[in-house]
Amino acid sequence: MEIPKSFLGYKRENGRAGTRNHVIILPVDDISNACAEAVANNIKGTIALPHSYGRLQFGADLELHFRTMIGTGSNPNVAAVIVIGIEPKWTKKIVDGIAKTGKPVEGFHIERTGDIGTVMKASKKAQEFVMWASEKQREECPISDLWISVKCGESDTTSGLASNPTVGNLMDKLEPLGVHLCFGETSELTGAEKVCATRGATKEASDKFMKTWSSYNDFILKEATDDLSESQPTAGNIAGGLTTIEEKAFGNFQKIGSCKFVDVLEPAEEPKKGKGLYFMDTSSAAAECVTLQAAAGFNIHLFPTGQGNIVGNPIEPVVKLTANPLTVKGMGEHIDCDVSKILSREMNLSEAGDRLIETTLRVANGRLTCAEALGHKEFVMTKLYRSA
Amino acid sequence: MATDIIIHDQKDNVGVVVIEKITPKQDCNCWIMENDSSTNIQSMDEIPLGHKIAMVDLKEGDTILKYGHDIGKVVKSIKKGEHVHVHNVKTKKW
Repeated sequence: MEIPKSFLGYKRENGRAGTRNHVIILPVDDISNACAEAVANNIKGTIALPHSYGRLQFGADLELHFRTMIGTGSNPNVAAVIVIGIEPKWTKKIVDGIAKTGKPVEGFHIERTGDIGTVMKASKKAQEFVMWASEKQREECPISDLWISVKCGESDTTSGLASNPTVGNLMDKLEPLGVHLCFGETSELTGAEKVCATRGATKEASDKFMKTWSSYNDFILKEATDDLSESQPTAGNIAGGLTTIEEKAFGNFQKIGSCKFVDVLEPAEEPKKGKGLYFMDTSSAAAECVTLQAAAGFNIHLFPTGQGNIVGNPIEPVVKLTANPLTVKGMGEHIDCDVSKILSREMNLSEAGDRLIETTLRVANGRLTCAEALGHKEFVMTKLYRSA
Repeated sequence: MATDIIIHDQKDNVGVVVIEKITPKQDCNCWIMENDSSTNIQSMDEIPLGHKIAMVDLKEGDTILKYGHDIGKVVKSIKKGEHVHVHNVKTKKW
């Protein structure tokens, strides 16, 4: 298959391109959710991103909170942002961070005004933003404007056999075209960590990966009461035939094909070393991982599943694929790309990779994903430790 | 001929069932992905889609190889053709 050289995206002020054109209402903290949701309810076509945190956090955990908030607002799939927080200082910090992209952003704080006054002011601005954004047109963008993140979930042995290698095949074909790629799931590489480390493009990248993985593993050994065998592999994984975390890890690892990673990112950190594959230190919980990757600027997500994970994200479209024929049969409304014919050998890996590229580009051009049509918009912040 | 079991790597001592299920005493066709070769095995157990079958006799302490890599240890001896899963294999981590 000849791979198209372009897709239809929304060009942004900072030179990036979006696959979506959202106007988001972003609460700084948990207690501003009600206000943000009221604004999104008033102004049609906007979307609120409620979450559970943002109060009394400190240190690296607070930094991650700000990085996730600012990164989410800065993502090229977002046209404009309303930020609502209880206090002026943190609200302004997030507004200023997003404003660096050049996109329209305005902040409102609730203290001294109350919810009702704030909803009124913020709604007026949100209406202005959404009507402005509605005139934006899709334009031809080079395929290198795609920033593709990947994460698998509810994996079973069909993931390692077929759907993850399909993603790997796509990576092998798209990497030379200059796209950005990102994989994560520090915990679910356990068992394959030494093999994964050899895939660093440089010694620094390999060392940084081993340091990241070891720090995670030390934490597990310190906190775990017995071991992780109750949660890794999950009950769903075991039902699907996965026996150990090592088996899951080697299956997981098939997603990067034969690519090498150029750098290791902190959670929600924007890649700075140009095109190519990045590893991000993330949880393996689906919604947390995708939220962090979206906050790092990735604009389309590929999600291979075995038993049928249904996750979506409010700003980054999540494309699902599976090779499990029972999952296609039982919950087809969640599957964007069916590669189950690999198992019956009626389709080879390269054909599956081509089919996934085709699906990815259709979604990049605007086709809704199953998760979008079904209303999945899981926005889940990662918290590193307890608040003050 | 239809494939019942896929084996990732020539070195692997387990294969994965890729049809809805295999039944005891079924003669199964296996495909080895790494070198595109074929082999056969007779199953001992009923094994569902996605679950593993032992390609050789395995004894306690043996290493299970899949993708050509170590994915855990045998904790209860397994005969060729039997179901391989959490009842007879455990992680070497933790």
